[in-house]
Amino acid sequence: MRAVRLGVSSLLLHKLRSFLTTLGVLFGVSSVIAMLAIAEGASVEAQEQIRQLGSRNVILRSVKPPEDKVSDQESRVIAYGLTHEDHARVSETYPGVKDVVAVLEVPEEVRAGELSCRPRVMCVDPSYRDVTGRIMMSGRFLHERDNAATAPVCVLGYEVARYLFPFKAALGERIKVGAEYLDVVGVMFPRVPIGSIKRDAGTEVGGEVFIPLKTGQRVFGERQVKIRSGTMDAQEVQLHEIIIAVERDEDVSMIANASRIMLAESHREKDYEVIVPLELLLRAQETKRIFSIVLASIAGISLLVGGIGIMNVMLATVTERTREIGIRRALGAKRHHIVTQFLVETVVLSGCGGVAGVALGLVIPKIVEAAGDMRTIVTFEAPVFAFGISVATGVIFGLYPAWRAATMDPVEALRHE
Amino acid sequence: MSPGPEEEPPGGVFALPDAEHAEERQVVAQLENVSRVYPMGGDEVRALDNLSFSFRSGEYWAVMGSSGSGKSTLLNLLGCIDRPTTGEYRVRGKAVSQLDDDQLSELRGSELGFIFQSYNLIPQLNVLENILMPVLYRENPPDGSEDRARQLADRVGLGDRLTHRPTELSGGQQQRVAIARSLINDPALILADEATGNLDSKTADEILQLFDELNDEGKTILIVTHEPSVGARADCILRLKDGAIEGVEENRR
Repeated sequence: MRAVRLGVSSLLLHKLRSFLTTLGVLFGVSSVIAMLAIAEGASVEAQEQIRQLGSRNVILRSVKPPEDKVSDQESRVIAYGLTHEDHARVSETYPGVKDVVAVLEVPEEVRAGELSCRPRVMCVDPSYRDVTGRIMMSGRFLHERDNAATAPVCVLGYEVARYLFPFKAALGERIKVGAEYLDVVGVMFPRVPIGSIKRDAGTEVGGEVFIPLKTGQRVFGERQVKIRSGTMDAQEVQLHEIIIAVERDEDVSMIANASRIMLAESHREKDYEVIVPLELLLRAQETKRIFSIVLASIAGISLLVGGIGIMNVMLATVTERTREIGIRRALGAKRHHIVTQFLVETVVLSGCGGVAGVALGLVIPKIVEAAGDMRTIVTFEAPVFAFGISVATGVIFGLYPAWRAATMDPVEALRHE
Repeated sequence: MSPGPEEEPPGGVFALPDAEHAEERQVVAQLENVSRVYPMGGDEVRALDNLSFSFRSGEYWAVMGSSGSGKSTLLNLLGCIDRPTTGEYRVRGKAVSQLDDDQLSELRGSELGFIFQSYNLIPQLNVLENILMPVLYRENPPDGSEDRARQLADRVGLGDRLTHRPTELSGGQQQRVAIARSLINDPALILADEATGNLDSKTADEILQLFDELNDEGKTILIVTHEPSVGARADCILRLKDGAIEGVEENRR
């Protein structure tokens, strides 16, 4: 449009000044987009991790109680955590439960030929895969008949399979767990590493090995005894985890509370935790919402500052062009013509800042991703929203200067300068 | 004595059909008991005091007076960039006091042409665009404005410089552009404020020559000046003193 052309040519008369003015809007817009992208990326990441736990699961986990009991006894066996009784109670008495999966971890070394490593060796009920939604890369997962027969079979996680069998498929191979030989019947896809949920540390190589629960109990014992080197203290755990797969979302809370009550009653101390991914998910979504609002507000303030900068420059521009305004009015310009003229300039300024800001705002998240190893997601709405705000900023902060210009007395204006 | 379809009317393209008949000339601008009063401190300044006058179509007036005589105020009022405090001012019959700001601006743009001492062209625009400026602001601009602008540029001798910017033109050339600009909407009255004040005597003479020609073609011109030599070029002189008419003189040309 002609008015835009005129506005642009006026702005180009003062290239440096126009450029500096757009910077405020540019940084405001780009920071809004970048911050929202970071917030979105972090949120999606967190939610995916939580989802991997299974949003319809309630996870009971054994927790080592704090070491505040100093004892003079020569040897102590600390028994803690979930018990077979807990497992039985959950399986048999809870309504609305689709499945209950028990998990026992054994701290054994895993060997294949010359290679050895210490992954997490988990003895699980065969429905573990269903309940956690893990996907098989090759072969099959454990089956109930393996469990019933306490078969010497195992499933390897991707990392372990790759490490122990770098040049051939792990499927069908034999590995040695502790003193026991097991056949590999399947390999599982890798899981995205969980950063926010704490696990017991202690594995040198990431990855997991899955053994049927009953096989593990037969081979390694129903209780896991870990003896701390240099002392006579031992820890004994019956089950490390009980994963309850609930039928319906609505029942998750009820089951979680029931578990809390049951465990509180049957355990002397707090040697367990109840993790409800659904609650975590809701909390994560809420966190994200608040986080986004805070970040966007901060970025919005910088946009506000940019707008004030524009208003400042436009007021100076109007004063400089007082004479010109008088001339135009003398030639027949109405007030709204003058308003439009200056408003167009302001909107072009803020619009250019907005476009450049969107461009920069798309680049920054990529840099953050590469440098900070964080995930960022630029949604479609963010640049559109930020650009729209930049144009609105131009209109709002341009109105006052334009009004000032339009209401000048032509006689005075012509006398100016 | 109307011109036939084959004949060109006397005085060229812009002449009114009966330019030769002074008695039938219409009043284009009429002041009726006009005063312009400014508050100054606790007092008032009567820049114009109860002025009544009429300007007719095709006339060529010089308005003269010392500073403080009110000639600038009169020009501003005639040009509709200022309003009378009391009294009525009519342009082609339209009473200015009845108009709001938008309507007054429209009247100003369509019926009045301004020529300033310091040319007042828009520097970012070229010659053609400057001439067309008043058309931009019209409610319903007539067709063919761009052609008319080119013709006017030719008329003032700048037909070959349409794409030049004001900074590339001499003072005299810039004033010519301003004159063409003042003519684009075929105004009732052309108002020139010390039009030759910034020009050397030779260029000033050329500009005044152009005014003579335009007046011969039927344009109504009013030039405010303090120089007697300029005033002598007009048909009549309106002398102001202390905001009132001191006298009216006719020049023999």
